[in-house]
Amino acid sequence: MSDTSRPEGTRSHMSGVRWLLLKDLQILRRSPLQSTLLVVYPVLIAVLVGFAISRGPEKPRVAFLNEVPPNSRIVVGGQKLPRADVQGRICQKVECVPVDSKAEAEAKVASGDVLAAVILPEDLINEINSLSTLTPGTPEIEVIVNEEEPVKAGLVNDRITSLMAQANLAIARRIAAEGSHYLNLIIKGGELPVLGTSIHILGLQASARILEALEPALEPGPLRSSLGLVTEFARQAGENLDIAGPLISRLAEPIKVDKTVVGGSSPPLEIFAIAVAATFTLAFVTVLLVAGSLALEREENAFPRLVRGLVSEQALLAEKVLLGVAVGLVVTLLMLAGLQFFVPLEWSRIGLWLVAILVGGAALGAAGAALGAIAREVRAVSLLAFMVTLPIAFLSLVPAGAVGSGLYSVIKVIAALFPFKPALEALTGALDASGPALGRPLLHLAILLVAYAAIARLALRRFTAT
Amino acid sequence: MQARELVKRYGDREALRGVSFEALAGEQVAVIGPNGAGKTTLLSILAGIVRPDGGEVAVAGAVGWVPQQAALYRRLTVGENLLLFARLERHPDPRASCEEMLELTGLGERRGEIVARLSGGNQQRINIAIGLLARPAVLLLDEPSVGLDPRQRARLWEFVSGLAGGGTTVVFSTHDIQEAERYGGRLLVLADGEALFDGSPGELREAVRREAPEAADRDFETAFVAYLQHRGH
Repeated sequence: MSDTSRPEGTRSHMSGVRWLLLKDLQILRRSPLQSTLLVVYPVLIAVLVGFAISRGPEKPRVAFLNEVPPNSRIVVGGQKLPRADVQGRICQKVECVPVDSKAEAEAKVASGDVLAAVILPEDLINEINSLSTLTPGTPEIEVIVNEEEPVKAGLVNDRITSLMAQANLAIARRIAAEGSHYLNLIIKGGELPVLGTSIHILGLQASARILEALEPALEPGPLRSSLGLVTEFARQAGENLDIAGPLISRLAEPIKVDKTVVGGSSPPLEIFAIAVAATFTLAFVTVLLVAGSLALEREENAFPRLVRGLVSEQALLAEKVLLGVAVGLVVTLLMLAGLQFFVPLEWSRIGLWLVAILVGGAALGAAGAALGAIAREVRAVSLLAFMVTLPIAFLSLVPAGAVGSGLYSVIKVIAALFPFKPALEALTGALDASGPALGRPLLHLAILLVAYAAIARLALRRFTAT
Repeated sequence: MQARELVKRYGDREALRGVSFEALAGEQVAVIGPNGAGKTTLLSILAGIVRPDGGEVAVAGAVGWVPQQAALYRRLTVGENLLLFARLERHPDPRASCEEMLELTGLGERRGEIVARLSGGNQQRINIAIGLLARPAVLLLDEPSVGLDPRQRARLWEFVSGLAGGGTTVVFSTHDIQEAERYGGRLLVLADGEALFDGSPGELREAVRREAPEAADRDFETAFVAYLQHRGH
């Protein structure tokens, strides 16, 4: 068939790509809602993420009723310990809402005004003090929670358990410190304050020295032998009992956490949050734009006219991916510029940002082209793009250990099949030197780019079929 | 344009069964037939959009194709659409070609209007103008008058006849038998993928007189239906 006098070839098709790209940008400009969204969306996300990471997490509101008399103090061995300040410690971790009665506390929890209520009963200090007597009691504090929502109940339980562990630790440390002080007094001697006066404690080491000095004054015999035994006991006790000091301190906190990081370095949390927000933006803009734009070629009936020698199917796909990458790049950079107001970014690494955004955008664009070619209609494409991108993006953020190992393996495979996760890794690595290395995610993205381009190319074969 | 023994199958169904015809420069050929006869398939093969399973097409020069539904970007203006396709056709001076088509279609004053706001008739005129940008020796029109009011149809056919008068071969499909009789210098009748008749409207009426004499003096559409029935369709 000799129906054409058009010059063929890659160069001419590439010039067609330029005009199609210009056309798509003109169409985009003619859609005020779409254009506004493309500008407003990243700015809005940047502001929200910026506020979220610069203000830190909000403290949960907890009603607090302290019925302990103001002058109550924990007493060990007849000595009042310095204030453990349980209330102060709890209120560092949560926003304490003071209440005047248990009924008020219950009402606030029931209404949802506060997440929980903590009540320190009047006899709390007496019960703690009874622990060092022959009739120890059980010190208790009262916690009121609303468990109508399982997730909220779990959160409250975790928070309260953590707070109580911290309060217990604080009290135990005070007691251990006092115990060590008394032990030291027994070993080395010193002044013990009692009822406004002080008693001199001789101490084992001084006792041993006195006894040793007395020993030669006694005639050899049973008395001197007995004195020798007592002297030896006092000396050994004075020399060795100090090892009990560290033991007493360790009793307060027997296990310490020694963290070793394996499996890659991790960037600061705010950088990761920025990378997540930027990748979300890049993914949605690119996938939706490429998929929608390709489906629009069919809805406008232009596709058969275009591929009738004006541009090849490959060139048309390349043009759509290029459109997605170009718009995605602008929108993502706009968003990063907005986030700069909240968190300082390393602009010296912008070269790496561009590489990550361009390669990530290209792979996401190719996925969008595949979706567009498969779904074919603009409305179906938009729905499909959301239905695919949103859950996969969330799945990509599920950390190891958050779900069972079998399920996590499935999630890992699904996340690896879509470009969101490698794009996130690439962008995190590009934003911060402590992030993951760029090589592996870029290679992953390149493989996905080729795979999705091939799927899109195949799907275009039935693109004009009704 | 020459088409020889064109065959197209969709699964087990044969959409075209050895269709042959030729059209000379300046001829207006109407392809007519009932639904599913193979009209759109034939035009799609002639346009190079669909590959035939058998047979071949030979054309001296470029082929312009005007699909039934306007293949235009509705959010672009008339001028932007023409300029885009002129650039894609790699015209040496796309703006001059665009002006030429605006003048030819009489839409010069509406060049800045968004296509979506134009009437169906005017959209079809741009659709045809884009098909003409390739400066085709043969122009293929797939049911070009569908959805147009009588005044718009008259303008369309005046425009198309002008092109044929200038030496362009025009091949169009239509369901409107009166339109085919009026504007088709030659008729190609298809039914179930077969070419039943190839000749002038007068020759078709003669064929009806021979094969279905009871309908020979009726209107052209009734005569055509009787001819199809006589041929078992």
